[in-house]
Amino acid sequence: MYSDTPTDVGEIDSIEGVSPEELREKMLDGLPSKTMRKRAKQILTNDPDTPPEIAANSRTVPGIMTQRGCTYAGCRGVVIGPIHDILHITHGPVGCGYYSWQTRRNLAKSPEGAANFLQYCMTTDMQEDHIVFGGEKRLAEAIREAYALFKPKAISVYSTCPVGLIGDDIHSVCRQAKEELGINVFGFSCEGYKGVSQSAGHHIANNGVFKHMIGLDDHPVEAAPFKINVLGEYNIGGDAWEIDTLLRKCGISVLATLSGGVTYDEITSCHQADLNVVMCHRSINYMAEMMETKFGIPWFKVNFIGAESTAKSLRKIAQFFDNKELKDRVEEVIAAEMAALRPVQTEIKARHKGKRAALFVGGSRAHHYQDLFADIGMETISAGYEFAHRDDYEGRHVLPSIKVDADSRNIEELHVDADPERFRPRLSPEAKAKLVANGFTFSDYRGMMSEMKKRALVIDDISHYELEKLIETWKPDIIGSGIKDKYIVEKMGVPCKQLHSYDYGGPYAAFTGAINFYREVDRMLSSKVWSYVVPPWVKARKPLAVAAAEDAA
Amino acid sequence: MIDEADLLGDGPPASPDLSHCTAATRNACKLCTPLGACLVFRGVRGALPFLHGSQGCSTYIRRYLISHFREPMDIAASNFSEDTAVFGGEKNLLAGMANVTRQYQPEMIGLATTCLSETIGEDMPALVQKCQQNIADLPPVVHVSTASYRGSHMDGFHDAVTALVSQLVTDALPHGAVNLLPGMVSTADLRHLRELAERFGLNVTMLPDYSDTLDGSTWADYEALPSGGTPVAAIRTMSGAQATLELGDSLRGNTKSAASLLETRFGVEKISLTLPVGIQATDEFIAELSRLSGRDIPADITAERGRLIDSMVDAHKIVFGKRAVVFGEADLVIGLTAFLCEIGVQPVLCVCGGKTNHFDVLLRSAVPELPGDTLIRNGADFADITHEARQLTPDLLIGNSKGYGLARELDIPLIRTGFPIHDRIGGQRVLHLGYRGAQALFDDLANTLLARKQQTSTIGYSYL
Ligand code: SF4
Ligand code: SF4
Repeated sequence: MYSDTPTDVGEIDSIEGVSPEELREKMLDGLPSKTMRKRAKQILTNDPDTPPEIAANSRTVPGIMTQRGCTYAGCRGVVIGPIHDILHITHGPVGCGYYSWQTRRNLAKSPEGAANFLQYCMTTDMQEDHIVFGGEKRLAEAIREAYALFKPKAISVYSTCPVGLIGDDIHSVCRQAKEELGINVFGFSCEGYKGVSQSAGHHIANNGVFKHMIGLDDHPVEAAPFKINVLGEYNIGGDAWEIDTLLRKCGISVLATLSGGVTYDEITSCHQADLNVVMCHRSINYMAEMMETKFGIPWFKVNFIGAESTAKSLRKIAQFFDNKELKDRVEEVIAAEMAALRPVQTEIKARHKGKRAALFVGGSRAHHYQDLFADIGMETISAGYEFAHRDDYEGRHVLPSIKVDADSRNIEELHVDADPERFRPRLSPEAKAKLVANGFTFSDYRGMMSEMKKRALVIDDISHYELEKLIETWKPDIIGSGIKDKYIVEKMGVPCKQLHSYDYGGPYAAFTGAINFYREVDRMLSSKVWSYVVPPWVKARKPLAVAAAEDAA
Repeated sequence: MIDEADLLGDGPPASPDLSHCTAATRNACKLCTPLGACLVFRGVRGALPFLHGSQGCSTYIRRYLISHFREPMDIAASNFSEDTAVFGGEKNLLAGMANVTRQYQPEMIGLATTCLSETIGEDMPALVQKCQQNIADLPPVVHVSTASYRGSHMDGFHDAVTALVSQLVTDALPHGAVNLLPGMVSTADLRHLRELAERFGLNVTMLPDYSDTLDGSTWADYEALPSGGTPVAAIRTMSGAQATLELGDSLRGNTKSAASLLETRFGVEKISLTLPVGIQATDEFIAELSRLSGRDIPADITAERGRLIDSMVDAHKIVFGKRAVVFGEADLVIGLTAFLCEIGVQPVLCVCGGKTNHFDVLLRSAVPELPGDTLIRNGADFADITHEARQLTPDLLIGNSKGYGLARELDIPLIRTGFPIHDRIGGQRVLHLGYRGAQALFDDLANTLLARKQQTSTIGYSYL
């Protein structure tokens, strides 16, 4: 029987002779008092049993180098961009559009002749005239042009900062275009300044997708016994395809992946699923909740990153459907996949067991990837998100106690009611009660902290200075982060794995992806390059990574 | 492992007629203005680029520069929120400037605006003054206005150089050095230009110089700001130089360029040159160095030129008559076009991605031998380029990584030059300039064509 009861995760006492508390002091030391007070609430030593309150999702102090992006990036770049047969138009000056042109490696394949606009970056490229006299006319023309050229099923429009200021009403432009062209046209007011980070953009995107796409198409989808949606999975490096293949092997069909390698039609009909499973809680929990309220689709959190976590997630899905055949099939698949994975895992684990990783990335990846490192015996000594909220750290039970600040109030909370015709509970109350009684949790995310070691350092929105202190003091063997930190970390002699773009590798999801990841980490850690950093004629110093390796030996 | 190249498919359905498209830019061939300014500021020693606007622009621009240079690139921002956007960014700017001053102790702060602060109409000089009054230890602040709805990354680049000169340079005693304004070139180009000037014994102040800051080695110690770059003190005394060499035809007639400013304000001679790509433009550049230094041309430079010519004789048959499409920044496109004509490759389409005043006139006067039927496009995007290129049956493309989709569609090679190059290793150190750069380009071009020939050969022959 599947159960969500946590297991003991252990404790960090001191690393390189420095305790977590001492390292934290070092990071805070010397900051001006106001900044120090703020950072003190974002740098914590962990307690998995009762996670301390972390001041996540608070504004980055101006002038502090942050990894965070903007609302537009979270909306257009992350959540909606991957829907590859919608034509996306960025309404703004050229840069915002250009920078979101395939920069996230969300992949998509489409059959011969079918539309795939991922290679396309369309922008109104506003000029001074438009800023002064308004850009609505240009936007309307751009939509018309886009339609004339490509006849897409839908067109989606995104506002960038200057558009919000000059007051262009993109929504009425979209409404008119929708009438005129007879296709679905909708807009997102996702101006970059609207939120603390890209996280605000996720929320805006969820609202828009829910309002303008979800539930539009009631034509019955193909009959299948177990139909689910995977939410919060963006097909970076092909992850969604791995998950899809795996689920299909088990006999589970995926109606839609929001949003990775997914089409407009899949999204408009995905409300017919029996279950939503959530990968990235941060970026898509709103959608999961709204779909449950309106259509009665239950949801729970899964994680297909890491072999153990993948197995656990599959078992949980099987348990949900409570079908003997499915459960058996899942066990067979896990056994077969593990048989292929084990030899690689064992070999690589032998080389890197006990090494230390630190992860600062995303709104879920800093949590998920701990499991992959754990698979090969590596310990996560410190982790933090770029743009997550308290619930992603401490668990959803803190939701009622999160204070709504001015930034969050900016973002509309959709009021959703049960659909009078289409609401259909997927489980009988008895079946649900039986599962819950056995430790099965719904609509839940326990957060990163409950699964990290006691006294591990949790650092939200880490700054360069703090990263430098961490590397210098605790000498991690590898850091998982994004492109903006990668080269700083590597300049210091420590390998850095990009967990946004995967260093253009991947997939890392599911069992096959895990094998990829073990191999890539093995390659990074085994590279001889770190030993050449200091020329032989310079005796005095050693690069950090080599010093750490020698100390360990 | 997934090969992304395999996912491209045939791309979106080909459009019937693109000529009527005016309202939208599809797959732009230009980047936004502050990017150019940030790049320039990174080429000043100890300088920190700072964007007045939302953090998103700075994050995106950092991300983009990093993907090309594969080096750290910090750009601070004043992190506008909705309130800031409505009430102005003074508080944020002050806080941000104070924070970076304390944290980085920069020798200079390069302050550029974004579309947001420009749209609000922030009074930047007044804000800078406020910062100076309120922040102890604030280093010199150089401000440049960089709205992206008024130009492209090249405008941001040149405007930032002008801003540095206009706001930092003061009167100085003549010191005989030469100012060199290279334009937006690669780190290898910058190193080579300096080397050439120094071969003539010239003392150069090159502005900007990001050859170390954006192409450095691993660190011995953590560096908050990477070492290298043009010292602020050296910029201040550019007024004492004997002349300013300003590279790039787009600046030739520009009376507001940095070199023009040095000439009108301080009487430093402005010498405009075509970017030294290929033989003739390099000949002119070398001749100018010789004239300024009063020295003969060193034998090794002549030998380098000789080897280039010799290889051109050897490989003439491989490249002659091939048809090329060139795209990217105005000055580099002009330089490359001249070079192609020299080696017998026919440029069939020359495209400037941003809008450069009189681009066609500049190109034709820099390259008089350019065939009359060569198409010239100014301010074109990749949709335009694709549309033209489909008819022109080129043999190769020359330009940045964004041409990959087109190269794939037409099944022809793309020789990577300029910015951004994020699908090859070493994009930041592609050498374009001087005889050595021409040699590298020429070999790359000829070998690419040879490799093609071998790949598509039905016989398989290894003497070529
Ligand atoms: S708002 Fe302007 S400066 Fe910012 S990314 Fe967009 S185009 Fe560039
Ligand atoms: S202008 Fe606004 S929307 Fe565009 S990149 Fe900058 S912060 Fe994001």
